[in-house]
Amino acid sequence: MDLLEYQGKQLFARHGVPVPEGKPARTVEEAVAAADEIGYPCAVKAQVQIGGRGKLGGIKIANNSDEARQHAGAILGMDIRGLTVYEVWVEGASEIASEYYASVVFDRSAKAPLVMLSTKGGMDIEAVADEDPDAIARLHVDPLLGFQPFHGRRLAYEAGIDADVVRPVGEMLAKLYTVFVAEEATLVEVNPLIVTPDRQVKALDAKVTLDNNSLFRHPDNAELRDLSGEDPQERMAHDRGLTYVKLDGNIGILGNGAGLVMSTLDVVKGAGGEPANFLDAGGGSKSDAIVSAVEVILSDPKVKAVLFNIFGGITRCDEVARGLIEAFAIVKPTVPFVVRLDGTNDKEGRALLAEANLPGVYAEATMDGAAAKVVELAA
Amino acid sequence: MSILIDKNTRLVTTGITGSEGTFHTLRNRDYGTNVVAGVTPGKGGQNVDGIPVFNTIHEAVDKQGANTAMIFVPPRFAADSILEAEEAGIELIIAITEGIPAHDELRVYQIIKKNGRSRLIGPNCPGILSPGKANVGIIPATFFKEGNVGLVSRSGTLTYQVGNELAQQGFGNSTIVGIGGDPVPGTDFIDVLRLFQDDEQTELIVMCGEIGGDAEERAADFIGEYVTKPVVGYIAGFTAPPGKQMGHAGAIVSGSSGGAAAKAAALEAKGVEVGRTPTEVAEIAMGKLGA
Repeated sequence: MDLLEYQGKQLFARHGVPVPEGKPARTVEEAVAAADEIGYPCAVKAQVQIGGRGKLGGIKIANNSDEARQHAGAILGMDIRGLTVYEVWVEGASEIASEYYASVVFDRSAKAPLVMLSTKGGMDIEAVADEDPDAIARLHVDPLLGFQPFHGRRLAYEAGIDADVVRPVGEMLAKLYTVFVAEEATLVEVNPLIVTPDRQVKALDAKVTLDNNSLFRHPDNAELRDLSGEDPQERMAHDRGLTYVKLDGNIGILGNGAGLVMSTLDVVKGAGGEPANFLDAGGGSKSDAIVSAVEVILSDPKVKAVLFNIFGGITRCDEVARGLIEAFAIVKPTVPFVVRLDGTNDKEGRALLAEANLPGVYAEATMDGAAAKVVELAA
Repeated sequence: MSILIDKNTRLVTTGITGSEGTFHTLRNRDYGTNVVAGVTPGKGGQNVDGIPVFNTIHEAVDKQGANTAMIFVPPRFAADSILEAEEAGIELIIAITEGIPAHDELRVYQIIKKNGRSRLIGPNCPGILSPGKANVGIIPATFFKEGNVGLVSRSGTLTYQVGNELAQQGFGNSTIVGIGGDPVPGTDFIDVLRLFQDDEQTELIVMCGEIGGDAEERAADFIGEYVTKPVVGYIAGFTAPPGKQMGHAGAIVSGSSGGAAAKAAALEAKGVEVGRTPTEVAEIAMGKLGA
């Protein structure tokens, strides 16, 4: 789960990472009240998960209440590369002497957290990594040992930051590592990490990605939502515990297991079709999950035909068949379904479907055959 | 021969009294796997269809000589169960559980590596099947027979799909290993490729990857250095749009890195033929071995 800037900063503040004082606002009145309380000058920042929002008019400095009102009015509701701004973050404006970059990422390849620090902050760090890789100091941390003060010093000296802020920058890195571990993040990134003219070190931005699988241990974080980035079908699927990604085509897809579903998308595309979605009903899907999945798929009006591609291991084909029969009773689909069932309890599943004789449901024996059939039906 | 599991496997299932744990453990036993124990804290002394249940994995090792553990407990308890198996001296730990927190996986991986006495397969994997010998996990075994193809995959259901295509071409398998699609798999492609290369029964290796991470790229380098047996590849996710997470924590593409085309190219550069569909994988295998 990707957090908005202000949600990340609120997590930072909880762990003692210095951030400018600020408040979130969803209306112009709230924004003005927040600005008056924080004092001027202050920054009004659009809360969307997209880089470069400043250049697109999503960040403005207000010197008084009138300007705060004007900027909040302009930014709230604005469209930034397809995302609507529902919230702004109002924070005290900061003076900047230096801009650095700092991050902690979950390095899958090394199977360890990777901490990075660079003096080339405030710009696209991927471009820096491409053009001047030596400008980024990197260090893997043994997760059983944790981040030690000497790690902070090593990174700070290697990155070449100003000598007088080595200690506070090292402390900042230690705190960011604490956020990474305590909140079970897979990414904690600060760009820019600033040094003010009076030599204070602060996180001026926050990009945090949390591990969805750990949210049961972090009920407060589980409540955090980003209204701007969510597609209505994706939200519906999320609320029902399904993994759904909306795509552009007209063939609804349901499968079990991410690998098989991706492979199904590839095969359908290879057969000349365009998938409308990725939907992984997950391992061990019970019939009610299948009913939910059918509702989510059919809530996309572009869907002209649906393909069920199931190879049961932990998923039992008879449960899938029961779910489909139930879904037909509840949802009464008007588009054709192609169903391929193999694996655990496949004979029972196929027998259930044959007996139910649902209208517009075609059984296919192979994945290739099922893909060809659904493409023909959607044409 | 086969790899990892065979007639010497003595299996303990943790979470055996849960409905899934019971169902799949009994299926594994029906297949011929030597299931010696189950563990559910608080249910020691009971039995599941004659399989004795213990409170701790240590007891299952002491009293029944368990050497392989199948982890079937819910995600929030899974890391603890894996570490318990490791401390109890279990050599092979197969974690089926899906949805284990990433930081738990990291800690477990590092501890197992540091102690160096157990091998972890998974988590979030379908398990291992050595046809004709043993089945540990949720792979539907009736589709597969004994043979000379080693199959390793990140995705469970894709393993079945590709394995089934191979079976229809007349191929059997030495062993089928699902390594799981999570960010920190206990065992990766390289480990399994090495085992297949060193296994007499295996004459051809099929490797199924998917988008995300760099496990396939690293495997390609390893194949170039170490593997002399023919390898056929498959990558799921050629048509996945970048930046979208496709279910598995593993299945995410960011920019051009970790994409299917790059992975296929890395494998092809080392002489691995990569099928574009599961059916094509079986056809390439057919061409290589002429079964």
